[in-house]
Amino acid sequence: MNVIEVQNLRKEFNSYTSRPGLAGAFRDLFTRNYKVHAAVDNISLTVKQGEMVGYIGENGAGKSTTIKMLTGILTPTSGSIMVNGMNPHKQREEFVRTIGVVFGQRSQLWWDIAVQESFRLLKKVYRVSDEDYNRHMGHVIETLEIGPLLDKPVRKLSLGQRMRCELAAALVHNPPLLFLDEPTIGLDVLVKLKIRKFLQEINEQYKTTILLTTHDLTDIEALCERVVLLDEGKIIYDGKLNQLQEHAVEGKQIEFEFLSEVPRSSLPRVENIQWEQKDATTWLGYINGDEQMVSRLISDVVQRNPIKNVRINEVSTEEIVRKIYEEGMALT
Amino acid sequence: MSMYLEMIRVRFLMMLAYRTNYYSGILIYSINIGAYYFLWSAIYGGKEEIQGLSVAQMTTYVAVAWMARAFYYNNIDREIAAEIKDGKVAIEMIRPYNYLGMKTMQALGEGVFRLLFFSVPGMIIVALIFPVRFDANFTTWIFFFISLIFSFIVNTYINLLTGIMTFFLFNNSGLIRAKRVVIDLFSGLLLPISFYPDWAQNLMSYLPFQAISYVPSMIFTEGFTGEEIYHALLSQAVWVVILLIPIRLLWSQAKKHLIVQGG
Repeated sequence: MNVIEVQNLRKEFNSYTSRPGLAGAFRDLFTRNYKVHAAVDNISLTVKQGEMVGYIGENGAGKSTTIKMLTGILTPTSGSIMVNGMNPHKQREEFVRTIGVVFGQRSQLWWDIAVQESFRLLKKVYRVSDEDYNRHMGHVIETLEIGPLLDKPVRKLSLGQRMRCELAAALVHNPPLLFLDEPTIGLDVLVKLKIRKFLQEINEQYKTTILLTTHDLTDIEALCERVVLLDEGKIIYDGKLNQLQEHAVEGKQIEFEFLSEVPRSSLPRVENIQWEQKDATTWLGYINGDEQMVSRLISDVVQRNPIKNVRINEVSTEEIVRKIYEEGMALT
Repeated sequence: MSMYLEMIRVRFLMMLAYRTNYYSGILIYSINIGAYYFLWSAIYGGKEEIQGLSVAQMTTYVAVAWMARAFYYNNIDREIAAEIKDGKVAIEMIRPYNYLGMKTMQALGEGVFRLLFFSVPGMIIVALIFPVRFDANFTTWIFFFISLIFSFIVNTYINLLTGIMTFFLFNNSGLIRAKRVVIDLFSGLLLPISFYPDWAQNLMSYLPFQAISYVPSMIFTEGFTGEEIYHALLSQAVWVVILLIPIRLLWSQAKKHLIVQGG
């Protein structure tokens, strides 16, 4: 079953450019230079129930705009959206009962009152029965360890404490679909781990579908099998994360740390290897080719030079994404 | 329905979170009433009455007008503007309720809070110091409260309209300030409408502002009697209906126009 179905979705914004100088400012009073800019440019996407999808892209790539259209906040310029079998913008009030949203950069709790008062209000807003609330939220509160925070006003919470409460607030009505827009922004490692573990748990327990945007790719690595990569409003990759790793970066990187300074000439000269000097005693070898090459190269180098340390570097997702943005997508 | 009641409760809690505002509010209102009392006693001098209002009626008019203001006055226009400006309106759009309805309920929560914990004790203080008459009969009180509810609705509608304008103007703090002055002036808070020149009275009868302050205060001071009361209440009710139209139109436009600023 498809939870999200998006076809040829497009969102344009009119932006105006200011003319320079005082004379320009006066001219702007009467006529302005408008420019149409497509934040989301004809994307199509389907997400199945129970999937955890990482939605990644640079700043301004159109991630948040997509989420805002999927949640019914923004009206698309063109294209069709079906989420949970509904049109988010047309059936807004009915639709939003079936989703949970966390915006990492804005709070949805009421600032001046205690956290539990916010929860109580949300419980009423989503018409959750006492029984459901106690069973479900009791579990959520326990897992996120926010019990002791409930009677404190939101403004007195630290960022990590607040984010956990935000997440709990988005789950008061136990929605089958959860949108998380940068939920781990600015959080320390421990809180991040706690949140990830919790997301995995609800995904397993309730088959909650999760769409996640983040700049921290370790979040994606830990949670998502599938990634959707966005660049300038277009989807440039949609598929398995490990496939992205295999395709986007060819070969492996081996780091040799020698005991003394080693010149380029004493390193083996093989066709498929590129050398790069990191510092005086460290060289990086990039191998293009099969796995066999790795062991052959290591034994070759080690025989000739006294070595301190050898490391085979797995290329991180971060590096892959960086490479894709800098060099363009290799696969289509 | 219960979520709207819950919202009123939350607003109560929020008002209680800022106690200093509350105490200073009582003081400021008492000072205002005192200042107007002395001003009007000076203007009246030895005169029995001006424009059909006696000194005692005038004092009561001023006190009632300010205390009623505590009930109908709210800042939801500024809140809506702020929520649009910093993008918080996005959060409101993912809630299964009507945003404007919820804002109205918040305003009501604020109004009821101020009426109970601010107007009533304030009135007691004022009545001890100044010669204010509260001997109005029972039906007058009833009419007064009906009128007060209408004035709350009219004022809140005008605030909603001003707030929604932010969707189109992006920064409308000027408009909000202008609206406040216009309401204080044209609603009869500072000066009863009957004191204005005829042409101005004529003009103001076509505007919704006197439904906010002039009508309830005149009903309470018994400046309006018999037929006049029904007429005034009817005009308030008419404005309640008429103002709904631009709100509906602007709101449906605003939702399409919504650009969540920042992020």
